[in-house]
Amino acid sequence: MNHLVIAPIIIPLLVGALLMLIDERRRALKATLGVVSASVLLALAVLLLYLTDHTATGADATVRVYRLGDWPSLFGIVLVLDRLSAMMLVLTGILGLSALVFALARWQRAGAHFHSLFQFQMMGLNGAFLTGDLFNLFVFFEIMLAASYGLALHGSGLARVRAGLHYIAINLAASLLFLIGVSMIYGVSGTLNMAELAVRIAAVAPEDRGLLEAGAAILGVAFLIKAGMWPLGFWLPNTYTTVGAPSAAIISILSKVGIYAIIRIWLLVFGDSAGTSAGFGGHWLLIGGVLTIAFGSIAVLATQNLARLAGASVLVSSGTLLAAIGAGQAAVTGGALFYMTSSVLAIAGLFLLIELVERGRMVGADVLAVTREAFGEGEDEESDDDDAIGVSIPAIMAILGIAFMACALLLAGLPPLSGFLAKFAILAPMLAQGAEGLPFTTWALMVALILSGLATVVAMSRTGIDVFWASPAGDLPRVRLVELAPVMMLLALCVALTVQAGPVMRYMEDTARSLHGPERYVQGVMTTAAPGTGKGVAP
Amino acid sequence: MELILALGIGVLTGSGVWLLLRPRTFQVIIGLSLLSYAVNLFIFSTGGLRTGAAPVLERGMAGSLASHADPVPQALVLTAIVISFATTALFLVLLLAARGLTGTDHVDGKEKSR
Repeated sequence: MNHLVIAPIIIPLLVGALLMLIDERRRALKATLGVVSASVLLALAVLLLYLTDHTATGADATVRVYRLGDWPSLFGIVLVLDRLSAMMLVLTGILGLSALVFALARWQRAGAHFHSLFQFQMMGLNGAFLTGDLFNLFVFFEIMLAASYGLALHGSGLARVRAGLHYIAINLAASLLFLIGVSMIYGVSGTLNMAELAVRIAAVAPEDRGLLEAGAAILGVAFLIKAGMWPLGFWLPNTYTTVGAPSAAIISILSKVGIYAIIRIWLLVFGDSAGTSAGFGGHWLLIGGVLTIAFGSIAVLATQNLARLAGASVLVSSGTLLAAIGAGQAAVTGGALFYMTSSVLAIAGLFLLIELVERGRMVGADVLAVTREAFGEGEDEESDDDDAIGVSIPAIMAILGIAFMACALLLAGLPPLSGFLAKFAILAPMLAQGAEGLPFTTWALMVALILSGLATVVAMSRTGIDVFWASPAGDLPRVRLVELAPVMMLLALCVALTVQAGPVMRYMEDTARSLHGPERYVQGVMTTAAPGTGKGVAP
Repeated sequence: MELILALGIGVLTGSGVWLLLRPRTFQVIIGLSLLSYAVNLFIFSTGGLRTGAAPVLERGMAGSLASHADPVPQALVLTAIVISFATTALFLVLLLAARGLTGTDHVDGKEKSR
């Protein structure tokens, strides 16, 4: 039973390796294996989530520690499953399955080894969410990035290679920063285990503390580049715009891996028990987050292209999360986790949806639409449009339009969908402590959150009107059921999040509380130090 | 020894960063390689610089970092070398693809208009 924790890493590794051996022409077999693996991963993630949450009343059951090779946990590498990891695994599973099913229709044929790359991508993501060791986190980051390079370039073409060149160069530089940060932290504290680091940080000598904090800051920069915080995120919209739809949907969670790493390490290491380093860098997260929201909102308003719009909303969601985490209150973090779930699903859905919508459109129709608006040429068309009243919108466009509207509501945070609940859950605890005495940054965050919602509404309704109502009629997009189903599934999950908001929010609040008081995480890792004390007894 | 190593890392990093910011893809990849050498040396140095320390524990000695070299940075540097080598190779392939597709070796895929 205990070995379940490593299964989310082993399964995609084995399936991915196996898929490389199978000939590209046996596409049905490869696709079946890939989908089976993705479904098993999702089922497993849900099971792990259930186990983690269900046994929460037990003493140390919320944190499952898996010792790789059964080495004592401070000597070997540990995998740690807690509520946050379990939640991220489920999100990865959902995105993986829906993106893969979507890719079955067309994208798997666009280049070689799509399915292997996809499995390795899942493996890297799952590993990054599970590991409890800083250097192991680096290794899984690299696996995940290497696979994402492949997926980003999948389908080739001039634009993709051009954007991919920047994407890879930036991420290679970020990986080097990651290494510098990790080795500085190791040089000062003498450990790479996150839990042990959290214990040791209070005892670090004052003259070494500056070095440790510098190391942590450099590490933080590496994560923030992934998360796309302003001014480190200029690469993000460009890359996400050019990659193929299923790749974009799965790669969109990569920015959340940066956020996850910050939540995990910052709250664990620089929590209240960190002595004089407690809360180190929180203001940077908050201010950087607000600036990212501002930049993302301007980018959302300025785009003339659907895919860029989605890329810019990734920035807005990253900024919201960073700022909410930087606020440093357990209740706000709970809301942020809910927001993350909702926005990850909505953005992935939007990336998939955009590809379907774009299919039937003229090339450059976006730019034309905006130009027409700017020069007021739209007015002239009104007169000869009289006979067009009552023309029915084709069913497929209606379905896509409704899905687009749902995405807009989710991303802008308007009722009745989960985006609204998420923003409310972030804002309410901030106001709960009374309007007086609120620091300026908190006000700035609230204003930025609300204005970013407004910007998203304006931009998405403008684009939506152009695409679905006002555009020069192109061919109807040919959409297959396997492509529509994943989009619908993602949106249905958002609806489910709305309906079941009570239990979900309870889970998020528990997660946030254990993140802000990580004693149990630390204990869980430290007490399994001796071999043979855990459930996985060595033979 | 510390001074030489520190200077070495500094010079490699400086040249690496400068090359990374240059407009030609070949300069970028050489810059990334130099940077990764600098980072590898840096990781290696976090274990402390000593000469003549035993690589593993000698028989009958108590385990302490005073008596043998720290093995963790060595393991880390090995991993880092392998990974940066692989990613540089991947970048090289992409660089060639970009050169073939765009017909120029500028990082933006087009020459700056003058």
